[in-house]
Amino acid sequence: MTDKPGYRRPQAGTQPQYLHPPYQSTNLRSPSKPLVFLPHSLSEITGPTVGADRVQEKDNDLTAQHAGEPLGERIIIHGRVLDENGQPVPGILVEIWQANAAGRYHHDRDKHDAPLDPNFTGTGRAITDADGWYQFQTIKPGAYPWGNHHNAWRPAHIHFSLFGPSILTRLVTQMYFPGDPLLAYDPIYNCVPDTRAKERLIASFDLEKTIPHYALGYRWDIVLRGRDATPMEK
Amino acid sequence: MTLTATTSHTVGPYYHIGLTWLNREDLTVAETLGQRVAITGQVIDGNGEFVNDAMLEVWQANAAGKYAHPEDDQDKPLDPSFEGFGRVPVDAEGRFRFTTIKPGTVPGLGGTTQAPHLVVLVFARGLVKHLLTRIYFDGEQANETDPLLACVPEERRATLVTKADASGVYQWNVVLQGTDAETVFFDY
Repeated sequence: MTDKPGYRRPQAGTQPQYLHPPYQSTNLRSPSKPLVFLPHSLSEITGPTVGADRVQEKDNDLTAQHAGEPLGERIIIHGRVLDENGQPVPGILVEIWQANAAGRYHHDRDKHDAPLDPNFTGTGRAITDADGWYQFQTIKPGAYPWGNHHNAWRPAHIHFSLFGPSILTRLVTQMYFPGDPLLAYDPIYNCVPDTRAKERLIASFDLEKTIPHYALGYRWDIVLRGRDATPMEK
Repeated sequence: MTLTATTSHTVGPYYHIGLTWLNREDLTVAETLGQRVAITGQVIDGNGEFVNDAMLEVWQANAAGKYAHPEDDQDKPLDPSFEGFGRVPVDAEGRFRFTTIKPGTVPGLGGTTQAPHLVVLVFARGLVKHLLTRIYFDGEQANETDPLLACVPEERRATLVTKADASGVYQWNVVLQGTDAETVFFDY
């Protein structure tokens, strides 16, 4: 029997190592023993098809989940989900979560002394269309302090979680905003050495997507792992 | 065209607001075929303390050893009542508990057979990239010839194998870091 192709391994410097001492939470949570190389069998090239039936059309509008409008700068984030072979990834679940405009999460563990916004939960989801496009309407999140080191502040960011065609394409990451001076100091943003890989986490301002008198547009494309071209034969 | 996969970042401490809507502690429904197994344990850090802001995701085949996925073209029956996926939370003490069915054997590479197993992803604050591990079941004869277990140093294999306690509940901990019992994680 011919084995089906697996997925491409990460390109050097573009994915983080588990131990990244500047981000202190990695110190006690990163494996200390060598990882065991995992060949990609049927268990890995398959994966959950979590999706369309669970998502409502308005789940991608984070500004319309309450009686009133949330405070903050209204934005539209859109982009395309592609694989490493350049192919669009249609019909997959994209989940996002974020702080409000003041930099406070609607979460009981967030003790930052900034106001909650009764009109903002900060949770959204969408399904990519036939060409891999997704879109959210939300407000720009604020920066917020955290306890990692003295005077540590997270740059404004939105958390993204994606599935994809297999369990190996599962991706959780964060999107940032252009021109944020906090990026240079953030140990999470800087958890990989590859400068271009880091910069690809920053959305670009999109005037075409900007709606006059209403909302600023941003474009952020996401790339999931792609299949190896050649099947392995044994 | 060749692109580079987007860099992974941690879920952070506040992922609950975005992700818990898909939580599920029972992957089965009444009609699901197969032997029910309840699996419980704790997520533990390098100091031996529990991790109360972790999350697991489980992926597995059905009782016949068939994945609910188009890449699985085996001539085995799908179970329409079993998706094979669960997002499993941990509680304030890092403890998780979920119910599923024991999957059948599935093919491995090169004509091998893989013992019944679950694929488990581990997410948490401090995990810049999620971890991937597996759960096998104690006492399965197929474990002896499982091609992946054979790649794991013998003294570490037990971290991948869940054992039932006296009440029949399977125990399995996720030890993120540790000198003895650190769970085997895979380079995926």
